[in-house]
Amino acid sequence: MSGTLTIDGKTIPFAEGQSVIEAARCAGIYIPHLCHRPGYAPHGSCKLCTVFVNGRKTSACTFPAAANQNVVSDTPELKQDRLRLTQMLFVEGNHFCPSCEKSGNCQLQGVAYHLRMLDNHYPHFYPQREVDASHPDILLDHNRCIFCNLCVRASRDKDGKNVFAIAGRGINKRLIVNSASGKLKDSAISVEDEATRVCPTGAILIKRSGYQLPIGQRLYDQHQISEVALSMQDDHEQ
Amino acid sequence: MSNKIKIATTSLAGCFGCHMSFLDIDERITALAEVVEFDRSPLTDIEHCGPCDIGLIEGGVCNSENVHVLREFRKNCKVLVAVGACAINGGLPALRNFVSVEACLLEAYRDGIGVDNPQIPNDPELPLLLDKVHPIHEIVKVDYFMPGCPPSADVFWTFLSALIEGREPSLPYELVHYD
Ligand code: SF4
Ligand code: SF4
Ligand code: FES
Repeated sequence: MSGTLTIDGKTIPFAEGQSVIEAARCAGIYIPHLCHRPGYAPHGSCKLCTVFVNGRKTSACTFPAAANQNVVSDTPELKQDRLRLTQMLFVEGNHFCPSCEKSGNCQLQGVAYHLRMLDNHYPHFYPQREVDASHPDILLDHNRCIFCNLCVRASRDKDGKNVFAIAGRGINKRLIVNSASGKLKDSAISVEDEATRVCPTGAILIKRSGYQLPIGQRLYDQHQISEVALSMQDDHEQ
Repeated sequence: MSNKIKIATTSLAGCFGCHMSFLDIDERITALAEVVEFDRSPLTDIEHCGPCDIGLIEGGVCNSENVHVLREFRKNCKVLVAVGACAINGGLPALRNFVSVEACLLEAYRDGIGVDNPQIPNDPELPLLLDKVHPIHEIVKVDYFMPGCPPSADVFWTFLSALIEGREPSLPYELVHYD
């Protein structure tokens, strides 16, 4: 099935099997998202992509596009919801951007800038989280993990390795590593893996590759995430 | 009586970097001085804050004195602004939130490398440390936030110009930064 739907009053085409967010992206319309990535199975956990489809709120990354749908994404209410969700992600982890190698190239930060987030609104949790620096080439900093599940999907579906999983619920939710010691160094991961490059935040970093670009020249210094996301090809980096 | 806008500023658990960045507005400070007057601030050495239009708070809250100063500002300032990463999310000082106060003090004053004459400072004049460093919006109502570590001089200029002219401040994309 294919045909057209409308999003914010604009009529756009969609292809068989496309989600609402992908149909929008192909038509040059940005819907904010963090756990979605073109070429990956949808996960639907961050809820940033929430839109109205025929009057009901749903996740644009999991909802199939269908003929004559009326999608509404750009409203003050949805923008406010997205801002609050992003602020929750900031206070639930430990995000000290000035000392993070990902700063300037981080999608969480990019979305927050796009939403003009100036404060974190909520009280901070300051949860106690570990840094796993055991691997010679890859750093895993749990302080910055937003549980988007992209590394899990990358390792399982692209690398065929199943290095990561998300365990626990609610406040006890955490990213776990598939190895006897639970450490990255004893897992099957290697630096060429897709799973090392897909993290939207600074939770998974390749060692000795940080701070390559000075402040002012980094990705989101130069471009809004709305442009960057639209220029993204399936399986392409960033 | 002067009808200048009154501004008070302070640095709580901060590094004075935000104040330095404020001074980076350079010669624009003369235009600012035409319309504003500083009350309590490291720039004036006035010790207590009187009634003010705008209060700028750099730094989070790490000890009992910070709490008192912050409350004094809130009481006296019509508009209170959190300036910089530390006021907004605790910033670098909040990295101690993952270590107990006891462990922090022992490392800094007794067990750390190069400590001479080890003793934990306990003069009654010293403010007591809180168990955690907090952003200021957890203690008082904050009206506006200026992110950045530090916010650039242009952020100060854009924000203050709007506040002084009675407009709602808003930052263009390029000026929103957390680092
Ligand atoms: S992961 Fe992103 S939001 Fe978190 S500290 Fe790093 S740059 Fe900031
Ligand atoms: S480590 Fe990164 S990619 Fe993996 S779940 Fe956390 S934020 Fe997502
Ligand atoms: S992008 Fe749709 S729920 Fe995360």
